[in-house]
Parts: sequence; C-alpha cells; structure tokens
Amino acid sequence: MSREPIIALVSGTIFGAGLAIGGMTDPARVRGFLDLFGAWDPTLAFVMGGAVLVMALAWAVQRRMAHPLFAAGFSLPDRRDITPRLVGGAALFGVGWGIAGLCPGPGFAALAIAPIPALIFLAAMLAGMLIVRLLEGE
Amino acid sequence: MILPGFPDAAPLEGLIGGVLIGLAAALMLLGAGRIAGVSGIAARAFGLAQSSLPRGAAFAFLIGLPLGAALVGALGEGGASAFVAPLPLALAGLLVGIGTRLGSGCTSGHGVCGMSRLSQRSLVAVATFMATGFATVAVMNALGIEVLP
Repeated sequence: MSREPIIALVSGTIFGAGLAIGGMTDPARVRGFLDLFGAWDPTLAFVMGGAVLVMALAWAVQRRMAHPLFAAGFSLPDRRDITPRLVGGAALFGVGWGIAGLCPGPGFAALAIAPIPALIFLAAMLAGMLIVRLLEGE
Repeated sequence: MILPGFPDAAPLEGLIGGVLIGLAAALMLLGAGRIAGVSGIAARAFGLAQSSLPRGAAFAFLIGLPLGAALVGALGEGGASAFVAPLPLALAGLLVGIGTRLGSGCTSGHGVCGMSRLSQRSLVAVATFMATGFATVAVMNALGIEVLP
C-alpha cells in the first residue's frame, strides 16, 4: 500500500493545527490583516513568515534529493509563464478572501470550529471550482 | 507576547502556527514529493481537477485540516473566531473557488510553497491577491459594509 495517504493525513493535521494556533481559523483576524488602512493586525505576516522560512529550508533540502523519502519521484509545478488567467484568478481570489477572511485551508480547518459557516463557504468554493471546470469543458 | 503598537496582534502564536504550517508543507514536499496547495488538493479530492495525486491521499489531507484544528481546540489553544454572515460568505466562497482554479492556487500553494521557492508565478499571484484583498476590505469599510457580527 502506498504511504501517500498517511503522509497526507499527517501533513494535513499539522497544517490544520498550525492554522488554528496562528489564528488563521478566525476570519476576524484575517480581515484584520487585510485592513491595512484601518486597525491593521500583522499576525498573518508572522504566520506567513514562519511558514515560508521553514519551506525555504525544505526547498534547499529538496534540491539535494534524487527522490522524495516515500515516493518514486517529485510531482512539482514547473510553469513560469505569467498569464492574464493567473493574474485575473488571483485577483478574484483576493476579493473573496477579503470579503470572508477565509481561504481554502482555514475553510476546511474551520469545520472543526464552526461547521455551518465552514460548510457554506466550502460548498460555494467547490461550486466556483465546478463552474470553471464546466466553462472550460474539461 | 505583545507587539508594540499592535495590541491585538499575536506574533508568537502566529510564528509558531506558521512554523507548523511550514513543517506540514515540508513533509508533503520531502515525503511525498508534492505541493501542499489546499485549493488544488480540494479540487482533486472532489473530482474537479486532473492531478497525479491519488484521490484518497487528497481526501486524507483535507480530513487532517479540521482534525488538527480540533486537536488544538481540545488542548485549549486557538482563541475565539467570528465568521461573516451566510450571504457574503457564499459569495466569497464562489469567488475563492473560481479564482483559485483560474489562478492555479491559493495562500498555501502560491503563498507558502511557491514564494519560498521564489516561483515568479507565485510571487505575482501573491502580490495580486494581497492587493485585491487589501482593496476589498478598504472599499467595504469605506462604504460601511459590515459583514462580521
């Protein structure tokens, strides 16, 4: 049996714990960070800074590895092109993030904290993903 | 720990949480050879995107997210939270779903995994969604639109 689901479960659990400790499952705190011109709350910058720092080290290790510890090979994005689709999509995502103070990770983690709001957000998010898939006729 | 000038900020909790998120993403990268991008993993789990990631593994990751948050709650950590009203919440979810598919990622994939790799696509995506996030809250505040209880 592949060890991938076990790695994914452990990773997801640590990820969810980190989101909760860092306050990212509290939309009020996330919107506080996005309220740059008001009562700005810099907490999210510390969360992002800590995560990026650890991952920068992980990338340095990854470059010296022939293959991952528990898988045959790396499956990593390799695109470099900046497209209108990338920028437009990120722009729309940012608007949604600003309205709700939630992005996908905290949306799932919030199922443990406030299941009804989390389900509303996640159902709408999956509907949005479905719309893109249908429009692109994949 | 109090940050001077920002009485509501929780810099130490933020840093600890961030390091945990980084470790989780590092485990996916070095263990399974994959990006811990939540929007992509969610799309894969629900059959809304093509990916080499097995669906079972995608679901396992997603189940872990509330599991980890519940563990933190059980230990008495992680404070209160306030969620926006159902209508703006649904509108926001829709925009997040469409935006993350078109933009190939969210705060985890582009923010945590991509920025740390100095991916140009991720740097552009993060700069863009931060800018529209800041603008959205600023405009809503200027118009007096209250969405939090």
